[in-house]
Amino acid sequence: MKQLTAVIGHIGSVVLLLIRTLGFVPTLPRQFRRFIEQCFLIGYTSLPIVTILTFFIGSVLALQSGYSMENFGGKQFIGTLVGLSLARELGPVMVAILIAGRVGSAITAELASMKVYQEIDALITMNIPPERMLVLPRLAAVLVMMPILTLIGIICGWCGGALICQYTHFISIDSETYFAALKRYMDWKDITDGLLKAEVFGFAIVLVCCHIGLNTRGGPREIGASVTKAVVTSLILILVLDYFVTKALL
Amino acid sequence: MSTPSKSPAEGKTFGITVSHLTKKFGRTTVLQDISFEITPGETFVIMGPSGSGKSVLLKHIAGLETATSGEVRIDRFDAADPNTRNKIRLALVFQAGALFNSLSVYDNLALYLREHRLYNEAGIRERVMRALTILSLEKAYKKFPAELSGGMKKRVAIARALVMEPQLFLYDEPTSELDPVMSATICEIIGTLREQTAVTSIVVTHDRTLALSVADRIALIMDGRIHAIGTPAEFTNPTDPVIANFLNPVIDLKNPRFKQLENHHEQ
Repeated sequence: MKQLTAVIGHIGSVVLLLIRTLGFVPTLPRQFRRFIEQCFLIGYTSLPIVTILTFFIGSVLALQSGYSMENFGGKQFIGTLVGLSLARELGPVMVAILIAGRVGSAITAELASMKVYQEIDALITMNIPPERMLVLPRLAAVLVMMPILTLIGIICGWCGGALICQYTHFISIDSETYFAALKRYMDWKDITDGLLKAEVFGFAIVLVCCHIGLNTRGGPREIGASVTKAVVTSLILILVLDYFVTKALL
Repeated sequence: MSTPSKSPAEGKTFGITVSHLTKKFGRTTVLQDISFEITPGETFVIMGPSGSGKSVLLKHIAGLETATSGEVRIDRFDAADPNTRNKIRLALVFQAGALFNSLSVYDNLALYLREHRLYNEAGIRERVMRALTILSLEKAYKKFPAELSGGMKKRVAIARALVMEPQLFLYDEPTSELDPVMSATICEIIGTLREQTAVTSIVVTHDRTLALSVADRIALIMDGRIHAIGTPAEFTNPTDPVIANFLNPVIDLKNPRFKQLENHHEQ
């Protein structure tokens, strides 16, 4: 019962942080420099790892499906399978997991250390709301960067699948056939649904990580504990939200 | 959201009323039924041994902590209400400086003025450099907090507070980690601010010299309670043995508790 109350309390506290942050949206143009900095940190610095990860996810997916489908002559559908899986599910989820581990942890560590070393208290006494200066630019940046990263990730995954299909001897499907199958059964909605999912995941990750960072109490040891808590919470949240968003979009 | 007025309140400053303030962290009572009043323009020094609750009391006045019971009022405003900071410009010099590590010294000082759009860049530069010059930091303006010594961080924190042109000045151990010369400079700065701006100031300190030289009144906190409030003259020659022992502790190397150390050393 006590734990349930604590969970409800945390959810309420996250919602309050969101409401307070949304109240500062009109000041976003003044935060343009911070917004660009965050876009760089969230988007540009995550790009190499997103491309590598999704390229190999697409490759493995093509390899596994080629191996399984060979037995009942369904190889011509590998492009469709890889295309749909990456666009609707694996692309947004894997990019979100990566952002949780890479960006979410960094956000929590930075805000938690600002809290522990009283920088947040200094902002409050200077009448500079941390929500305006620290949370808003990060939320805005993740909303912009998440669909871009996911789209790039999906395309990289498709390319990885195409490459494997062409050069693996037991699959041997050329790129033209692979992409023709991918196009035949795919709709723009499949991609926009995936991007929408990524948007929801990214927003939730940054909001939760900011909340945990800003509510850190204690010393340096608690900074580490907050980072762990933020990453674990984000991962659980991604999977839980994935179910509900998928159900809503179907 | 409104922003505090541009000039230092045109000489306006505020009184503070602390009424029956009690603060508990879990089962530990840190402050117990604290009550006192500070008149506008007064420099009030809070002294007390480590762990007596001085900094927690200061945080309540700054609105960074919520009382378990009782209240703190700045003029007629509740210090715990975030809207109070829209009406009163207060500056708190934190014990460890609390500088923004990702910003240079210059940007640390300019942050408040930029965020509240108080001056253009030329005006901000003028005010920042003036504050840095007062604290002998003009050559360090490009440095980052990680490149500064503890004492320099403290001076930057004071300079950052000066730039804000506050209506209420709060200092948490302003002379800790400073050498005697710099401590004397800080004493002079606090004293000068008192003379020139008549801004209400609260200084939390262990430093006897600082307390006796800048205070209009001094409060001694022991175990979360106010033990005594008096003028520097009353604290200079105290009749109360607790005050006397706190301000002029007798160093007794033959104290029985040091016997244990001797035995330990012999072993």
